[in-house]
Amino acid sequence: MENSTETTNKERIITRLDDTIFQGKVSETDGVDSNLSQKYRMTAKNVNVYYSETHAIKNVSLSIRENEVLSIIGPSGCGKSTFLRCLNRINDIVVGCRITGEIMLDGVDINSGELDVVELRARVGMVFQKPNPFPKSIYDNIAYGPRLHSMVNSREETDEVVYSCLRQVGLLSEVEDRINKSGTELSGGQQQRLCIARTLAVKPDVILMDEPCSALDPIATAKIEDLIDELRTEYSIVIVTHSMQQAARVSQRTAYFNLGDLIEVGDTGEVFTNPKHKLTEDYITGRFG
Amino acid sequence: MTGWTLVLLVLALSSVFYFLAKRRSLRVATTVGGIHKLHSAPRYYGLVAALLFAVPAMLVLGVWLSIDQNIVLKIVLTEYFPELNWESQVDVNWLTSQIQILAQTGRLENIENSEVLNAAADRYQYLTSLSETLRNASVLALGAIVSFIFILFISARLKARPIAETLIQCLLIFSSLIAIFTTIGIVLSVLFEAISFFRIIPFTEFMFGLEWSPQIAIREDQVGSSGLFGSIPLFTGTLLIAAVAMTVAVPVGLLSAIYLAEYASPNVRSFAKPALEILAGVPTVVYGFFAALVVAPYLSDFGAYFGLDIAHESALAAGVVMGIMIIPFVSSLSDDVITALPQSIREASLACGATKSETIKKVVFPAALPGIVGALLLAISRAIGETMIVLMAAGLAAKLTANPLESVTTVTVQIVTLLVGDQEFDNPKTLAAFALGLTLFVATLVLNMTALYIVRKYSEQYD
Ligand SMILES: Nc1ncnc2c1ncn2[C@@H]1O[C@H](COP(=O)(O)OP(=O)(O)OP(=O)(O)O)[C@@H](O)[C@H]1O
Ligand SMILES: [Mg+2]
Repeated sequence: MENSTETTNKERIITRLDDTIFQGKVSETDGVDSNLSQKYRMTAKNVNVYYSETHAIKNVSLSIRENEVLSIIGPSGCGKSTFLRCLNRINDIVVGCRITGEIMLDGVDINSGELDVVELRARVGMVFQKPNPFPKSIYDNIAYGPRLHSMVNSREETDEVVYSCLRQVGLLSEVEDRINKSGTELSGGQQQRLCIARTLAVKPDVILMDEPCSALDPIATAKIEDLIDELRTEYSIVIVTHSMQQAARVSQRTAYFNLGDLIEVGDTGEVFTNPKHKLTEDYITGRFG
Repeated sequence: MTGWTLVLLVLALSSVFYFLAKRRSLRVATTVGGIHKLHSAPRYYGLVAALLFAVPAMLVLGVWLSIDQNIVLKIVLTEYFPELNWESQVDVNWLTSQIQILAQTGRLENIENSEVLNAAADRYQYLTSLSETLRNASVLALGAIVSFIFILFISARLKARPIAETLIQCLLIFSSLIAIFTTIGIVLSVLFEAISFFRIIPFTEFMFGLEWSPQIAIREDQVGSSGLFGSIPLFTGTLLIAAVAMTVAVPVGLLSAIYLAEYASPNVRSFAKPALEILAGVPTVVYGFFAALVVAPYLSDFGAYFGLDIAHESALAAGVVMGIMIIPFVSSLSDDVITALPQSIREASLACGATKSETIKKVVFPAALPGIVGALLLAISRAIGETMIVLMAAGLAAKLTANPLESVTTVTVQIVTLLVGDQEFDNPKTLAAFALGLTLFVATLVLNMTALYIVRKYSEQYD
C-alpha cells in the first residue's frame, strides 16, 4: 500500500477495500502484496457458499488483479471450483446453492442489479472442470459466443475468430480437416482445449479456468501454459490446478484453500518457498492427509 | 389337476431339485476337500438342476396344451361322425361346441340330445381326462429324469456355472421369441385375410380408388350391389385428423415441456407434471363424448357466428380433442428428453454469456431434437391408430377432402363399422377390414422406421 498514488474514485474504493481485507481475519494469512500498484479486477469479500447443508466456502476474501494469473490450489473437495463458480454466478443455477458476501467486478457488485448477469458472464469467461463442448460442430462451438454477442458480422470474420482461437490453443492442426464434425467426437484433451478456445472467442476480461490441463499431455500442457502467460497481458486469469509445478510456472500469486477456508494467499514464489501457514507447508511438501 | 396347479407343482418341485443338487454338491465337496475344490459354487449346481427340471417340463406342457384339444376332437369327430364335411368350418365349429357344452353341463338347450351326440360327449370327456393324466405324468417325469441325471453326474469337475449361464440365456431367448412369434403370427393372420380380400378386389383398386362405400347389396339386382373399396379417402381422412391433432399437440406439448424442464421450480414441477400426465390417463371414450357432445356443437355454433359452415362431425372437432389427448405424450416424452441432457452444456452456454432463452433455443433444443422427433412420431402413430374419439366425433361417410371443417372418416372407424354385427368371413366387406388393418400397420411401421432413421441421423451429429 505504501506506493499507492492513484487518485481516481474507483481506485480509492479499492484501496479502502484492500484495507478492510488486511484488517480482517484473513489479513494474518494473506501474504504481503508487493505489486499494490496493480489494479484489482475482481474482489471477493467475506464470501460464504452453502449447498443446502454443506458449508462449502467459509468467509473467503480474495482479490484478482489486472494482468495477473492467480492460481488456486488445495486438496480435492476444498471448494476451489465452488469459489470459481461464484465469480461468474454460474452457481446461481445450482438448486440449493446459497451465496452471501460481496463480489465486485471493476468496482461494481456483481450481485446487485447494476450488472446484468448475462453481461457478467460475457466479461468473466469460464473453462469448466469437466470438458463440456456443445453437441455441435467444432466450428459452431467456437463461433457460439461471438455470434451471440454480434462480435462477428460475416462468415469471414467468424472464420477468423474460430481459426485464431483454435490456433491459440494448439488444436488447429489436429482438427483442421474435421472442423464441421461434432465437438463431442474429440478426445478428452482435445475437448478441453476446444472449451478453452470457446471461452477465448468471447474475449472476456477475466478467465476462470478449472483444471484446464487435467487431461492434457505435457506438450499440450506447455502450450496452454504459454498461452496463459501470453493472455496475461490482456486478461486476468484464475486457474485451479492440482499441479503445484503448474501453479509455480504460470501464476504470479497463489491461494491455498482447505476445507472451504482460504488458508493463505500471496506471491507464488513466497507461498512455495516460504509458506506462512503450517497447513500450506504440509500440502506443498506432500505431507497432506 | 388343472394346468395352473401343474405349473405351481413344477415350480415347487424344481425348488426341491435345487436343494437336492445343492446338497449333493456339498457332499461331493467334503469328499474332495472343501467347497473351493468344486468347479462352481454349490448354488450353481442347484440352479442347473432346477432349470433342467422346470424348462423341459414347461416346454412339454406348452406343446401339449396347444395341441391336445385338436387331437381329442379329431378322434371323437372321426369316430362318431364319419360323414362330417371337414371343409365346412361352420359345421365343424357347431359340432365341436355342442359336444363341449354337452360334456361340461350334461345337457343342451333348444336341441334334442341325440344318441350319437351323447356318446360323443362321453368319449370326449374320457379322452380329455386321459390326456390330462398323461400330460401331468409326462411333464413331471421328463423334468424329474433330466434333472436327476444331472444330479447323478455332479462331480467336482462338472462345470455348473457356464451351464447355468447358457440355460438362463436360452430362457431369455425363448421369452423374446414368444413375443416375436406372437407378433409375426398376428401380422401373418392379418396378411392372409388381406390376401383373400385382394383376390376379390384388386390391390390397385383398393390402394388408389377414390371412393369408399363398402355396402354389399343383399339382393343381386339391387343398385350399387358391388361396393366400392377405394381406401384413399379413408387415409386422407386419417391424415387430416392427425394433422389437426398434431397442430394442437405439438406447440402446446413442446412449450409446456420446455417450461416444465427449464423454468418450473421443483414445487411447480412436482405438481404440474403429474397433472399433465392425468390427461393421458383419461379413457379415450371420455374424450370421445367430450368431442361429440361439447366441442363439435360448440365449433359448429362458433362457425355459424362467422358465417362458416362447420359440419357437426367435423375433422376439426375430432382432431382438436385428439390433439388434447396427445399433449401429455408430447410434453412428457419431450420433458424426459430435455431433462436428460447434461446440466454441463447449459452451464457452458450460460458461461458464454447466453441468456436462458438463447441457451434453450441454441443448445438445449437442438441437442434434444432427436428425442423430440422420436416423441412426435410416436404421437403421430398414436393419432393414426386412435379409434374411439374419431368413432364418436368424426363422420362415417368417406369424403375426399382436405378441408378440416367437413366431415371425414378414418381407417379405424371404418374397420370398426365393417366388423360390427354378424359377419361372414368370405365377404369382401369383412375382409376389407383386414386389408385396412394391414395397410395401417405398414403405415405405422414405416413411420416408426423413419423415426428411428431420423433419430440415428441426428444423434450422429449431436452426440
Ligand atoms: N452441486 C453441489 N451440490 C452439493 N454439494 C456440492 C456441489 N458441488 C460441490 N459440492 C460440495 O462442495 C464442496 C466443495 O466442492 P468443490 O467442487 O468446490 O471442490 P473442489 O475443490 O473443486 O474439488 P476438486 O479438486 O475435486 O475439483 C465439496 O464438499 C462438495 O461435496
Ligand atoms: Mg473442482
